[in-house]
Parts: sequence; C-alpha cells; structure tokens
Amino acid sequence: MILITCPHCGPRQESEFTYGGDGANARPAAPEDVDDAAWIDYLHLRDNHKGPHDELWQHVQGCRRWLQVRRDVVTHQVISCHVLSADIADLADSADMVEGER
Amino acid sequence: MSRHPAMGRLLDRDRPLSFTFDGKSYRGYQGDTLASALMANNIRVLGRSFKYHRPRGIFGAGSEDPSALVQLRTAGRTEPNIRATQVELYDGLVAHSQNNWPSLDWDLGAVLGLASKFLPAGFYYKTFMWPAKFWPHYERLIRNMAGMGRSAETPDPDRYEKRHAHCDVLVIGGGPTGRAAALAAAKDGSDVWLVDENAHIEELDGVTVMARTTAFGKYDDSLYGLLERTGDHLAAPKDDAPRQILWLLRAGRMILASGAIERPLLFANNDRPGIMLAGAAARFLADYGVCPGKRAVIVTNNDSAYAVAQTLIDGGIDIAAIIDQRHLTTRREIAGCEILHNHGVIDTAGRRGLTRVTVAPLDVNGDAVPQSERLLDCDLLCVAGGFTPSVHLYSQAGGKLTFRDDIQTMVPHGEVGGITVVGAANGELDGGVGEPLNLSLGRAKQFIDLQNDVTAADVELAAREGYQSVEHLKRYTTLGMGTDQGKTSNLNGIAVLAGALDKPQADVGITTYRAPYTPVTIGALAGREVGTFLTPTRRTPLQEWHEDNGAVFVPAGLWRRPHYYPRPGETMADAVNREVLAVRQNVAIVDVSTLGRIDLHGGDVAEFLNRVYINGFKTLDIGMCRYGVMLRDDGMIFDDGTVARMGDGHYIMTTTTANAGPVMAHLEYYLQVVWPDLDVHLTSITDQWSVVAVAGPQSRALLESLDSDMEFANQALPFMAWRAGQIGGITAQVFRISFSGELAYEIAVPADHGHALWEMLLAAGEDLGIIPYGTEALTTLRTEKGHFVMGPEADGRASADDMGLGGMLSAKKDFIGKRSLRLPALEPEGRPNLVGLIPKDGKTAIPPGAIMVDRETPGPGMEKAGHVATSVFSASLGKPIATAMVTNGRQRHGETLWAHSPVDGRVVPVEVTDPVFIDPKGERLRA
Repeated sequence: MILITCPHCGPRQESEFTYGGDGANARPAAPEDVDDAAWIDYLHLRDNHKGPHDELWQHVQGCRRWLQVRRDVVTHQVISCHVLSADIADLADSADMVEGER
Repeated sequence: MSRHPAMGRLLDRDRPLSFTFDGKSYRGYQGDTLASALMANNIRVLGRSFKYHRPRGIFGAGSEDPSALVQLRTAGRTEPNIRATQVELYDGLVAHSQNNWPSLDWDLGAVLGLASKFLPAGFYYKTFMWPAKFWPHYERLIRNMAGMGRSAETPDPDRYEKRHAHCDVLVIGGGPTGRAAALAAAKDGSDVWLVDENAHIEELDGVTVMARTTAFGKYDDSLYGLLERTGDHLAAPKDDAPRQILWLLRAGRMILASGAIERPLLFANNDRPGIMLAGAAARFLADYGVCPGKRAVIVTNNDSAYAVAQTLIDGGIDIAAIIDQRHLTTRREIAGCEILHNHGVIDTAGRRGLTRVTVAPLDVNGDAVPQSERLLDCDLLCVAGGFTPSVHLYSQAGGKLTFRDDIQTMVPHGEVGGITVVGAANGELDGGVGEPLNLSLGRAKQFIDLQNDVTAADVELAAREGYQSVEHLKRYTTLGMGTDQGKTSNLNGIAVLAGALDKPQADVGITTYRAPYTPVTIGALAGREVGTFLTPTRRTPLQEWHEDNGAVFVPAGLWRRPHYYPRPGETMADAVNREVLAVRQNVAIVDVSTLGRIDLHGGDVAEFLNRVYINGFKTLDIGMCRYGVMLRDDGMIFDDGTVARMGDGHYIMTTTTANAGPVMAHLEYYLQVVWPDLDVHLTSITDQWSVVAVAGPQSRALLESLDSDMEFANQALPFMAWRAGQIGGITAQVFRISFSGELAYEIAVPADHGHALWEMLLAAGEDLGIIPYGTEALTTLRTEKGHFVMGPEADGRASADDMGLGGMLSAKKDFIGKRSLRLPALEPEGRPNLVGLIPKDGKTAIPPGAIMVDRETPGPGMEKAGHVATSVFSASLGKPIATAMVTNGRQRHGETLWAHSPVDGRVVPVEVTDPVFIDPKGERLRA
C-alpha cells in the first residue's frame, strides 16, 4: 500500500486513489489531424519502463483531482506528485513536485 | 515422560487444565503449549508427513517448527495446520492429528513410504501429464492423498478487527537485543512499539509492548502487517473482544531484532519423532519443565550444544553421548558425559519414535569410517547445526543478503531505507557458529524439509535434471514451500544444491523471502468485511418500502434494486408478466433513483456536452431534454443517458446506474487534463434526489389527478420536455422521457420526499390499478422496444453504428472517440449489429449467451454469426424474444440462425428481426 502525497490533501493511502493510466500518453490536441498510426499509438501502445514512470492517478476519495505521479515501478517509490490542471496553476506551482516521503 | 519439579519458568502448576488429542483426554498446566503438554503426556507422534506419511513429532519449540501440525478446535472455529508449539493450552482445548487414515497409529498412506523410491522430485509432473484430459482425475486423487488438515465447513463465529496506526520506531523481537533497542529508541520521547510473537513479554517503560503479535509482512512505504492474537489463547474470545486484530502500522523506522533459528543436520532417517533441535529441547525443559526424553544423544557442529547438554543434565536427563562432528584441537569436556569428537550420526532407528542412533568416526573428508559404527540407545536426539539469522522482514523490504563463510549463513548486506537489523538477526551468533554442513552421513533418506518431505536426494536429482537456480529448485521440489516457509530447511537445501553443483554456497543465492512470516488466517485479512459488510450497500429513499412490500432484490453495482414484486403464489414469471402488462396497458411506477445524476454549471457546458456526446447539444433549449451517447476515445460506447437544460449555463445529466462513478471520473479527467480552459463545474447529485418513473397509457391521467401546479397535457409537456413545479406540496421536476416505449414521466423530488411522492402516486392510482414494477420488467420492456443497455449489448466492443445509432453521429463537430470512427476496424462492413430474435416455433425460450451459427449441427466451415445478448419472455407479444449482436445483422432480417447454448447444450432455431418489436414509429411515447 503505497503512500501518495496529494498536493491538496497530503500523504494518503493508495486505496483513496484510482489508477488512470500512463501519464506520458498525452491526447493529441487535434485528433482529426493525426494519422491512423499516431492515433492507434495514443489509444493502445504503451512503453513499459523499468524504473521511474509517469502515471495518472485520481484522488477519488479526496479532492477528486487528477494527479501526475512519478513512481519507480521497481521499488514502488513515489518520486513526485503534482496536479494536472492549468486552471489552478497557481496552486499547482506552490504544491508542484511534492517529494515523496523518502 | 515426566515434569521436572523445579524447572518450567512459564508453568503455573496451581492451574491444571484438561484437553483432548484425537479424542483422548490429557492434563496440562496453565502456561503450557499444546506441544509441551503433549510431550508431558508421552505423545511423541503428532501426525503423518505430507508425502511419505512417515510419523512425525515435535521438532522445534516455536514458529520455526515444520512438523508438529494439528487440526485445532472444532466446527466453525476449526483450523488446519496449526503448529502445536505455538498453541497456548486452555481448558477444554480439542486437537486432532492430521494426514492419516484410518488412524495415526495405523496409516494406510504409510505404504507410500515403502514405495518411496517411486516418488522422486517432480514425480507428479512427470507421471500425470499424459493424457492431459485425465488431469482433473489425477488432480483429485493427488489432492486427497496430499491434503493435510481440513477447513471449517460452517461460518467462523468469531470477530476479527483491523486497526491502522502510526509509530516512530517499530522493534520486532522481544529478546534482550530488541528490548535494549526499544529502550534506547524511547529515550528521546519517540513513540516506540515492540512486538513479539510469544505470549510472555514483560512490559517496558515508555514502550508500547505487544505480546502474541507477529510482524508478518513489510509492505510499501514503511507499512507493516501485524497479527495480534487477542483470543487464540482462550477457548473463545471474551464477549467484547475480537479473536485477532490485523494491525496496519506505518513505522518511521524499524529495528529487526528477530534473532536466529537453529539449523538441523543431515543424516539418514533424521526425521523420527524424538529428534529435535537442541535449543528446542532445552527450551521445553527450561520453560515448561517437561523432559523431552529420558536418555539423550546430542549431535553438533558448533559450541552451542554444550550449554544445551548442561541444561539437560540439570533436568535429570541421561546423556548417552555428545557427538561433535568437528576436528577440534581443544577438546570440550562435561563431567559425566561421553564426548565423541570427529564423529557423526549416520542413521537412526525406531518405528514410532527414536530408539537408537548409529554413530561412526569421521575421516578427514568427513566421511564415516567403514565398519566402525557404534549403536547408542536413546529416545532423544538433539541436533545442533548452527543458526540462521531471521532476516525475513529485511529481505521482504528488498534487502540483499550475502553468504558469510565464517559463520556459514546468509546475513544482511547493505542498507534498506528505514530498517536496522541487530543482534543474532544480523549474524551475531555467539557460540552458535556451525561448520559447513556435512552432506555424506548415511545412505537412507536425509530429510531437509520435514513438512514437505524433501530429501537431499530430491535436491540432487533436481540439480541433475537442470533445476539449478534456487527458485527453480524450490518450485520443482517444493522445498521451503510449506506453511513453515522453510525456516529450518532453506539454508540446508542450498548447501546440498551447492554441493551437487560443486559451487560455493555464496554463488547459489537464496530464494526470495515473502510475506507472511507465519500463516495469517483469512478471517484476519477479511476483518469485518464479510457478509453484507463485504461492500457498502447503497439504499435509495424507497429501499425500506421495497423491503416492506415483498420486493425480490437484485444487485446493481452497490445498489440492491427491486427485481420484481411477487404476490402470494406467484412465480417470478407470473410477477414479471403482470408488471410488464401493467405498463403496456395501464400504469405502473418504478424507483429509478439509482441512475447517476450530475449537475453541470458554467459558461461552457453546451460546448463540453458537444465534445463528450456523439450528438449535438448546442441547440438544446431550456425546458427540454435530449438523449445522448458517449464514446471512449477508441470509438466504443461508454455510456448513455439524457441531459436536461435547466437554465442558462445549467444542465442535469443522467448516467446509467452502474456507470455513474466512472462517467464522473471521465468528465473530470477531460475537464482537468484535456480541456482545462472550459468553464464547467460538476457536482454529483445522485443522492440528493429521489426519482420515480411513471409509465403506461394511464400515466397522464394519474398525474392530472394529483394536486399540482403543472400541466401535463401533450402540448404543455411534450415528449422530451421537462417542467418544474410542485406535486402535493413537494417541489418536483417532471421529465417526459421514456425507457419502456410507453407514455412515461420521470418525477424527481428532493430525496427526503421520495417516500411521500411514492405513496401519493400509489394512492392516486389505486382506482387505475397502479402497481410497482422492478428491473426484470424494465428489461423486458426495453428489449421489446429495442433499446440497448450498457453490459449485455454495449459490452465495450460495440460502436454507436453497431447499435443502429449511426445517424446520431454529428458530422459538424469533434467529440471523444470520433477520430477512431475512421479506423479500418470501425468500417461498417463486417461489424456486429444489434438485431432482434424470435424463436422459429414462436415458443421456445432463446438461451441467453448462446452462440449464433448458420446451421443446426456445428461443423467445419460454419460461420459464427454472433451471440445472444438479452433473452426475455415478451408478455406484450406472448412469446420469447431476444436481442443479439450479429455480423452485418441489419442486412440479415428474416434469416434463420441457430442459437447454441454452450452452457446447457440447447440449440434453438431463431429468426433475425428488427430489434424494435413494439411501436416502431414511437406513437405511444408521443401520445
């Protein structure tokens, strides 16, 4: 049970969050303009890193914010966690890159 | 055997207890373990071994014991494979031996022991692999043969709790090292916890001391699993106490002071009852005052055995000899005790317990000198092979181990964040340093793993067959895979493997240590989350009415929705048909409060809705509703529902019951991550409203008979419009939408008023014959109408066009999933389409889940045309109907296919039809 330090709520148990997929997989800004290969890559193809990995998590039982979590998938250590949102950029800046406990 | 009059520091001889083993009554004392009490009553054989059914007895004195396993307690409290050495005796305890038939003394399975040369490592894999179709029979046979204890067949009457806690420092192990560490850590005011699996741990000032508590696992981010056995030492937990508590403890630092476990030695027939670890024998005498034998032989490869010898002598046990395997320059002596240096035990005898050992001098290679054996009569053989540090939790945390030649064992090597290993666990083995294990003593079975019956020969055979990695060796031979997790056997197994491979032990490595350290009951892991507490149950404001009025419930996500409302004497089919006909011919009501409701506010809501639904929402006027379908980005249907425009920048969306949570998270994702520039605020309001659907040709008449300021005439409230007002003094929103295909309304009122509204509708509709209906009637009604639902039809592999909704796909805007519609896989040709089915004979029910093929008798070259999604009996049509997903189905109306049930083997010929069976023009719902 890893601890994720939510920028809004502080260190919380993994069970308060749901995993939301690969955080490095950005949705094309204009889907109609990308070719089939690029769209399929976005839909289905994921890198499988050994080591630090960017992930999306939602704090569903807390602030309900979607978070970008950088986590080492070998040791499970959470390296950083920040808010994925521009409209609360000021808050995100101050709470950005909250270091994991260790 | 007898009790020593003075020894036994844990016994309370003023409190005698009685207990039974295999149905016979025995006496013990408060403070005994089941093992010490059995030993005091001369019970040597506690069970039969796993594979060869050899008699086995007590080998250790604590959690390391591999073989003294019993079936403890009875009925719902019974537990298999419980170590007698860890069971605290209580008055009335009931235990049984395991793994024997028909009885412990006369065991049929022991015949296997005679055939044991046919049961080498990997025997089951090698023998039972062919023919493959017989595997289920083999497996049942093997399970019967190999099974140890039995699980309870009635519910556990006891309560198990979970507790969460934090501390600064967790000390594991209550020995002198752990106690010193805890006191030191507590000096600066830190919150220090000390846990120990044993019952008798003295309190410490400033330290939270927890006895009978096993730290069984180290998990991510300094989380420790602790099992506190609050009631195991009693016949039943006291009234207000749980049986066990599972602690989930986050500790800033952990100090591992878990000590070391004694290692056995290898020699022929080293598993007989009466052979035990030397330290265990001393502990039985010192702690419980019980003599583990009358005449003992001690065999050792280190100095620790001499202290044990002195304890045994003090306890009045006659020492036949001390066999020291070492070539020592300085010989040890103990008064009145024969010491044979450079000797080893090479065999033992005794059918139901040790009676004699064979010893022989060893040459410079450690081999027994031929024709020089001596026989020593004894009933106790103490083995002392050095010590293995208990590094389990350090290793679970990812700590690396290294083999130290000087102490012949694995020790922690390197740092693991937040963990300090101290004392014997860190390799400080004062006097207990053994020589390299002698692998050549005796020709018969040398047991390494007493619980899983793994011998040195098995390990050597596995190595010859190529299982040379320790992880492969473990899985192939089952070495260390028993409930003891190889506490006494892993290191010896590695030594034998190293010998077989002619490699240094350091190069062989060790298998990964995994939680739990000792077994944890499922009850403790489940805690209170059993029965109806397994998951929370969501209740609508009308739940109590449904319960009081005989509803039969069906789970829907976390909700329990009324499935149907049977009247006395009615079958399910009777009730559902009655409910369906009430909607088609009259009026009926259903509780739809479980549908998700999301309130959307903001200047960009229309734009947002345009992007998340396949159809347009910018033209939706205030006072109107619109049906919408959402896709995932891969083009498959994600959810559907209606949106009502409440005002400027204010909308209410409904979702399906099961998808309410996922849709909310989906919308939040797009608003926060993809389109953060949009001005939209989401609020889940499902729990704030109670919603009742009124359906049927008489529904308008019913609403018009109510005390309301709203008009329900077709012009005033047309199809897909909504109005706000009051009904009987209750604030209400009335939406003219329909799932059944009949004239229908959904009335939403604040949750607290839902019950009042429901009763008001039932009272007003009494003359019209109003009844409530459940989800099964709802399913029949929507199937008759050709509406798909998420799950049966839209199963995550279906596009909007597959459902016949291609015309809804807006060409004027982008929306989630639109890009995927251009992918080759989404080309309409060859896609499965939603169709209706009717049985060719007009009466045979269509098996749900059946596979549709183009012929009656399956055979080569047949086409899989699709599958049956929803199958119902249509009361309105008087015959069974179904929906199905059929390849190119829209072009196949009128075709005959066969529905083959893979479950019951039925084959039903069906005709493919349009999915809309009732009112295809929609005249009823617009009436």
